[in-house]
Amino acid sequence: MTPEIGQIALILALCLSLVLFVAPIIGAWRGNTALMRLSTPAASGQFVFVALAFSLLTYAFIAQDFSVKYVADNSNAELPLIYRYTAVWGGHEGSKLLWALVLSGWTLAAAAFSRHLPETLRARVLGTLGLIGSGFMGFLVFTSNPFTRWLPPMADGNDLNPLLQDPGMIIHPPMLYMGYVGMAVPFAFAVAALLEGKMDRQWVRWSRPWTNVAWAFLTVGIALGSWWAYYELGWGGWWFWDPVENASFMPWLVACALIHAQAITEKRGTFVNWTLLLSIAGFSLSLLGTFLVRSGILTSVHAFASDPLRGAYILGFLGIVSGGALTLFAIRASRVRVASNAALVSKESLLIVNNVLLVSACFLVLCGTLWPLVTEMMGTLKLALAPDSAPLPKVSVGAPWFGANFGLLIAPLLLLMPLGAFTKWNGDSFSNILPKLKFAALGAVIVALLAWLSIKNLNVKAILGVLVGFWIIFGTLAFVLKRLRENSSAQRFTFEMLAMSCAHLGIGLWLLGVVLVESLSVERDVRLGVGESVAIAQYTLTMKSVAHVSGENYEADEGVFELKKGDSLIAVLKPQKRQYRRGNVMTEAAIDPSLSRDIYVALGEPLDSSGKVWAVRAYYKPYIRLIWLGALLMGLGGILGAFERRLRKRVEATAPASAGFPKSADTQVAV
Amino acid sequence: MNEARKKRVALIGLLVLGVGSATALALMGFSENLNHYYSPTEISEGKAANATRVRLGGWVKEGSLRRPNAQTAGANVLSEFKMTDRFRCVSVRFDKILPDLFKEGETAVATGVIGPDGVLAADEVLAKHDENYKPPGVDDYGKVADQRVAAAGGNVVDCAP
Repeated sequence: MTPEIGQIALILALCLSLVLFVAPIIGAWRGNTALMRLSTPAASGQFVFVALAFSLLTYAFIAQDFSVKYVADNSNAELPLIYRYTAVWGGHEGSKLLWALVLSGWTLAAAAFSRHLPETLRARVLGTLGLIGSGFMGFLVFTSNPFTRWLPPMADGNDLNPLLQDPGMIIHPPMLYMGYVGMAVPFAFAVAALLEGKMDRQWVRWSRPWTNVAWAFLTVGIALGSWWAYYELGWGGWWFWDPVENASFMPWLVACALIHAQAITEKRGTFVNWTLLLSIAGFSLSLLGTFLVRSGILTSVHAFASDPLRGAYILGFLGIVSGGALTLFAIRASRVRVASNAALVSKESLLIVNNVLLVSACFLVLCGTLWPLVTEMMGTLKLALAPDSAPLPKVSVGAPWFGANFGLLIAPLLLLMPLGAFTKWNGDSFSNILPKLKFAALGAVIVALLAWLSIKNLNVKAILGVLVGFWIIFGTLAFVLKRLRENSSAQRFTFEMLAMSCAHLGIGLWLLGVVLVESLSVERDVRLGVGESVAIAQYTLTMKSVAHVSGENYEADEGVFELKKGDSLIAVLKPQKRQYRRGNVMTEAAIDPSLSRDIYVALGEPLDSSGKVWAVRAYYKPYIRLIWLGALLMGLGGILGAFERRLRKRVEATAPASAGFPKSADTQVAV
Repeated sequence: MNEARKKRVALIGLLVLGVGSATALALMGFSENLNHYYSPTEISEGKAANATRVRLGGWVKEGSLRRPNAQTAGANVLSEFKMTDRFRCVSVRFDKILPDLFKEGETAVATGVIGPDGVLAADEVLAKHDENYKPPGVDDYGKVADQRVAAAGGNVVDCAP
């Protein structure tokens, strides 16, 4: 009975999201307050019913109701309790239900924290979120119903992919979706501002905290995915430029650009159109990512079960949402006429350079991700025109291409990063900015020299990376010190400044992690028998034994390895090769982590019948933790930025009602 | 030209420069970094002779997996196996650990460079991921190969294991 209630709840949620879409939009258009005020109960109702459906699906997993097809496909009687909770989003239908839950959660939050907005703007923001909600609820109800019955019920289910039977998988998808879907809120603000015809800086002020929080979740979600891939896929890599990864990285890059563009628009009132466009692009890329992953159109190692109908639905939805928003933009944007009066050397210019580089980087990733698709279509076209010709070979774009080009594009961005905080709005000069950073530059050069002298095997790229990494870190600290020195305690830091400092420090740490791991990693795939040792970096790893162990739903060979540095024992590591009873094989790496290095051991395959000789992966990964630590700091920065008090003010008294305002009205200093 | 216009020109120049250099970067070395998918038949007929890197898709030939230094303590892992489309086959050498799902008789994709001896020195081997993932094109290779087998009068033994 409960699955049917779940299905009804979903249908009711769809109806409510349609109400949430139609009523406030018409209300705002006709000036009908009663219709506009329907948005709050509709948003609450939508959330309640999606949450009910989600709970019922979770219940079906806990109670092991194998008459529900989705449950039977993604779990079985032996699955440990904790993974029955996470199995809810282990497959396509459930992960889309999680998506809908997150979206209705964002919508509810937008309804709750927007009471101070002008009534029509608020109605239009919620109405736009209602449109997106309707699209996704429809997607669930019509193409991906998680409650479909399978009668007569199966005696036992299939299995949750063992890759997903892991603590990292509990938290990664919800975080990532919070970010992905969160981009819908700035999108809704942009659409609402266009509908209002008031594209001043006021809507940006209200939209900024949402962008910050969504970006923070996206950052942490991507980092968790990277961390999970590192220890769970058993390859020891942290980023593969896989289409699925790129799908989450593109909205991240655009959101990052948007955060900086919003700063210009909100503070200076200029670049309104650009900010509108980026808000639309951010969520469109989230949808594009969903389309690429769900349609199965791109072959990815992580590709999910695919279905052409689902792909077509999302593509159509993408067309309506993004196409509609862009059309609206084309009609309305020409009304905005604000010319920037900023000098060439100014905070505005630096932020524009930031935006150009981030958007170019996103474009690069997009090209690389879509290229296989383009050649495939050309191949199909060629065969259609000349059926006898040889088919074009299928292609994929290699990770080295992404790595090298992305690095080159992002290098100037990293170099210029510390300058931003020291540069004044409207106009400044290098002779004024650069002296403030001389100690940071000197410090970075000294650290890079020390690194070069003290660490063997550091290549030129890594030395440059260390130089730039410390340039960012010291440059950011120089800004913090300047504020501490020059301001009384009450006005030292706004949340905005803390946010920026935190996020920029995170980038610095991340960069150090990336270049050091790349340059200094030692990776050995060796044949090892019991009692034999392998040397990695300054450590010795000895295989003491391999024994059989049983888990709740798997059997495993467990290796016992001693990690020694000289004669002192550092750790005992126990990697496993698991055979899940449902037939899947999994490598469970063992890691001795620390801030300065990870030692990573994984069992490959047995090389003879005795089971005492194995192919063993032994990796030394210096400073790899800095990559994720940096990402966490960035996320923290995003959250801090949302607390900026100024952004939550009602309508500012000095803000003019329509686009454009005199430049003299706005002479705030720095940041 | 007034000040505002100068600035606008500078800004547009910057944008063009940014996107232009992104495009230039993207095109540079693009072709060397494209991995073309080939079938064992195509490779053994020399169709990949000009490609720097190839992606070979097919089935792992039953009984072809060898480990030349499995008896040498502390040696680097080395695997040699053959990939087939049931018409022709190509030898592959790989000096890393094979993925969990790698199995003789199953599909796989090996990416690397073909040496003068005609052996593909792979730096990456991907195995069939799950029921839903198959290397692209492998089914097509199978169909083409089946036609060739039929044209050759059946009973073609692609290679010895």
